[in-house]
Amino acid sequence: MNQNLYNYILGVADNSLILGQRLGSLTGHGPSLETDIACTNISLDLFGQVRSYYQYAAKIAGDKRTEDDIAMLRKEREYVNVLLVEQPNTDFAYTMARQFLFDVYHHLFLTQLEKSKDLTLSAIAKKSIKEVSYHQRFSTDWIKRLGDGTEVSHQKTQEAIDSLWTYTDELFHQTEADKAMVAEGIGVDVTALKETYYKKVDEILNEATLQTPESKWFQKGGKQGIHTEHLGYLLSDLQYMQRTYPNMEW
Amino acid sequence: MSEEQIRSLERQFEERIARDEKIEPKDWMPEKYRKTHIRQMSQHAHSEIVGMLPEGNWITRAPSLRRKVALLAKVQDEAGHGLYLYSACETLGVSREELYDQLHTGKAKYSSIFNYPTVTWADMGAIGWLVDGAAIINQVPLCNTSYGPYARAMIRVCKEESFHQRQGYEIMIKLANGTPEQKEMAQDALNRWWWPSLMMLGPTDAESIHTEQSMKWKLKRKSNDDLRQQFIDQTVPQADLIGLTIPDPDLKWNEERQSYDFGEINWDEFWQVVKGHGPCNKERMKARVNAWEEGEWVRDAAMAYAEKKQERKQKQVG
Repeated sequence: MNQNLYNYILGVADNSLILGQRLGSLTGHGPSLETDIACTNISLDLFGQVRSYYQYAAKIAGDKRTEDDIAMLRKEREYVNVLLVEQPNTDFAYTMARQFLFDVYHHLFLTQLEKSKDLTLSAIAKKSIKEVSYHQRFSTDWIKRLGDGTEVSHQKTQEAIDSLWTYTDELFHQTEADKAMVAEGIGVDVTALKETYYKKVDEILNEATLQTPESKWFQKGGKQGIHTEHLGYLLSDLQYMQRTYPNMEW
Repeated sequence: MSEEQIRSLERQFEERIARDEKIEPKDWMPEKYRKTHIRQMSQHAHSEIVGMLPEGNWITRAPSLRRKVALLAKVQDEAGHGLYLYSACETLGVSREELYDQLHTGKAKYSSIFNYPTVTWADMGAIGWLVDGAAIINQVPLCNTSYGPYARAMIRVCKEESFHQRQGYEIMIKLANGTPEQKEMAQDALNRWWWPSLMMLGPTDAESIHTEQSMKWKLKRKSNDDLRQQFIDQTVPQADLIGLTIPDPDLKWNEERQSYDFGEINWDEFWQVVKGHGPCNKERMKARVNAWEEGEWVRDAAMAYAEKKQERKQKQVG
């Protein structure tokens, strides 16, 4: 099997898996019915994307593994999502800040992935980009509302942005699989997205009357499978059924 | 308005209903009609919203991606149903905030079945199959109810509910045809959800206080006991088909009635749960109240932002 392509797909898809899982746990607990429905919708879109990616990865692996094996039966160190998406739903400000910081990246990323020489990845990107445009609009609107809303919402959102900022730089780190796939015209060169990303984020934070953090201390490790302590708990839920009742169909 | 005028309006109103005409929000209606509808529709809306919780409980633990997506979509549909139904209530002059307040203070009721815990994955199947199944039996007749906005909301709700019911049954089929452990999980879920599902169709006719008036206004077209019988007759063969056993030793086909006879329902348990002492009443209410209270600053921010935006727009125009 093409190990680099396989690893590359996981690097893309794991972000959607973990963020989708985070958002899914909020269903029924949103601050209003409308936001509840919207967050569930984003979660649904992300899981839809995940299924396309993992089904493709399973095909590349060419053995008996299924999308669910890939999603639910890896060890913690084998998940390669960025640290940003595994951060907890501390409150609605954190949820929206995490979403916003990821969506801006995700949209830029898919715009490039659409040009991939790999037709399956290009097709998944093409379908996903429509969904992610909506995610980005939703989270951007909320960042503006919360930033420029009340004093309380401003303060909570600034705190969330400040605290999540440290996880943004990792979005632009290249893995070995990345490099190999970029060389083949299949993968996206994420380093090239960095400038546009920070410029865009800065513009929106500005409009939301929020400060763009100046800190240059960044965390990394997710792409190498070294996660924050939050991920293990998320995985115990995600994997619970597959681990407790192995080799069954649902 | 004189009493005679009111009586004449009431007469015309009842005649319209008898002719199967729809009553629309701006039409004259007796106060009792308005209140009864707010009560029933909001109770229905609350049931959808509280009903998101027991199923939401399994979203993070769904056994496969396909099941997870289907469950997310289902719970999202329930939020959507809540939204239409609260909107339908708003057409009668009551705000969503007031209705939430009634729910949170315990003044308004919601379907008691959601006070039972979802302890295994099979409960997702049992809820879809039995709880949504019973809900459909309750709700299909409401597609023809007299109040227009409610009837129209119910048409959409019923379409989605019947999809959920099939989805739930499909979960059960898969479990029942699975490993012994899976089959046991399915049977256990049926054992726990069967009786609460029967209770869900409401107290027995002799004890149901709202039935007569509701029948006249087409808010109800069959009695609770008739609906329950219909549910049992429909569901027993479905259980047989997948090799699960209904947990009722008195269940027996009655050739003469062409219906199933069934055992006695434990109404004490029903009233205990209705009165707030079911296994999860407190947790469900706490989850709703928390979501509302913790969301207050978010809703305030959205309002404040909208006002600022409006002001800026006016300044620009000025």
